[in-house]
Amino acid sequence: MTFVDLAGVSLTYRLGRETTLALADATMSIGKGEFVAVVGPSGCGKSTIMKLVTGLLPATGGEVRVSGQRVTGPIKGVGMAFQNPTLMPWRTTMANILLPMEVVEPHKRRFRRNRADYEAQAMKLLGTVGLADFAQKFPWQLSGGMQQRSNLCRALIHEPELLMLDEPFGALDAFTREELWGVMQALWLEKRFTAVLVTHDLREAVYLADTVYVMSRRPGRIVQSRKIDIPRPRTLATTFEPHFVEIVHELRDRIHQEHAA
Amino acid sequence: MREWQREALKIAMPWLVIAVLLAVWEISCVVFDVPEIILPRPSKVFAVFVARFDILMAFGWDTLWTTLAGFLLAIAGGLLLGLAIGASPFVYSGLYPLLIAFNAVPKVAIVPILMIWVGIGALPAVITAFVISFFPIVVNVATGLATIEPEMRDVLRSLGATRYEILTKVGIPRAMPYLFASLKVAITLAFIGSVISETVGGNRGIGFLMLSASARNDAPTTFAGLFTIAIMGVLMYAVCALAEKRMTRWAFRGEIVA
Repeated sequence: MTFVDLAGVSLTYRLGRETTLALADATMSIGKGEFVAVVGPSGCGKSTIMKLVTGLLPATGGEVRVSGQRVTGPIKGVGMAFQNPTLMPWRTTMANILLPMEVVEPHKRRFRRNRADYEAQAMKLLGTVGLADFAQKFPWQLSGGMQQRSNLCRALIHEPELLMLDEPFGALDAFTREELWGVMQALWLEKRFTAVLVTHDLREAVYLADTVYVMSRRPGRIVQSRKIDIPRPRTLATTFEPHFVEIVHELRDRIHQEHAA
Repeated sequence: MREWQREALKIAMPWLVIAVLLAVWEISCVVFDVPEIILPRPSKVFAVFVARFDILMAFGWDTLWTTLAGFLLAIAGGLLLGLAIGASPFVYSGLYPLLIAFNAVPKVAIVPILMIWVGIGALPAVITAFVISFFPIVVNVATGLATIEPEMRDVLRSLGATRYEILTKVGIPRAMPYLFASLKVAITLAFIGSVISETVGGNRGIGFLMLSASARNDAPTTFAGLFTIAIMGVLMYAVCALAEKRMTRWAFRGEIVA
């Protein structure tokens, strides 16, 4: 069943008289509960796709549909995580994670009365990412990896149907990053939300995704769609298996072609 | 030096510097035989300060409460206008040039106008203090709002937050450190405002006291007035700095962890 549907979507930025075609003719359909990764050379409009799907930017051409509805403005209740954790420094980790509950219906109405229940729910989620002892700490008292875990918790606490990840592990060191792939996969296996991950790390894309889309140079278009048929749960050992390495190489070659073109 | 000695010296430093300055001043006055009417010795100023303590306190109180009244009005008005300017591009483009123009007007020039409108007394001092300390508060609050990270805004928008929710959940908390930073500037400006008003056309307050003392060639009293304002200024600044630390602890990160 198609959950997110992009049909011939394009986007032109206008700055004064100059116009830049950032995205040309993107077509993809993402099934419900599918984990999709979008990879491509830098500046190819990967992040633009995220903004189009969530309705933060209106498409200049084509049509974006989410669960059958045409997207015209910001769609509600989407979970988002960026490379920059964007946690609020004046709130504790717990209060940061509960933010979506204060904004998203129907939680918003119940939040004040049922705060204890929500805190218990947040505590459980923090536990699964290994942050149970840090709920009352402020974000700036946490390491980069811990901040990014909290960021993921905040994106997931309201159990969104759609999770958008824009290079969420990009600023982390290699060990922390690989560890968080495991955390991310475990969360997805448990809750089975639909996820779109934008990344330039091909191993990350192959590790996490069901389908990897490769984008061309600017103006970006989708040049390859690759199903990843590696069984889950995948582990770090999986990333050294020949089949995994083969897929990574195949994707890398495709992107090199783009650079050469 | 041991750790506690370093700490003690750090706390003692401002007092030491003041003491040295006063000593140099005192000695210079004696050595160069400076006439009292031009520059009175600090010891003389201190003597006058003690002798006229009651009147300095009374007039100091006038200056203090008019300053604080104007300052509090400026916080309320500045916060509201700053939020409006920071939150809405239309309010920004409409009001900002006007604000700049208004801020460029020398505040001394408006005191006579105020006197025509509201007469002599405390009210012109309150209004001048308000007008002069208003601007930095508006600018800082608006800056705090305008510099919200775009990603933070995107996170909230994609959750379905309204503009009002974005303002209350991110905008206002984020503008608070900017507000408190501006208060430290604004409180000293507020003192300038009220004293200007008292000097140009008042019948109470330290400004009036200094003006009438200097008209009598009473330099020590004039200086005693100056010191009174300086002391009040430092005290109020300290109150603002303390409020800043209390209210926006998160903006001082490292200091609490340590």
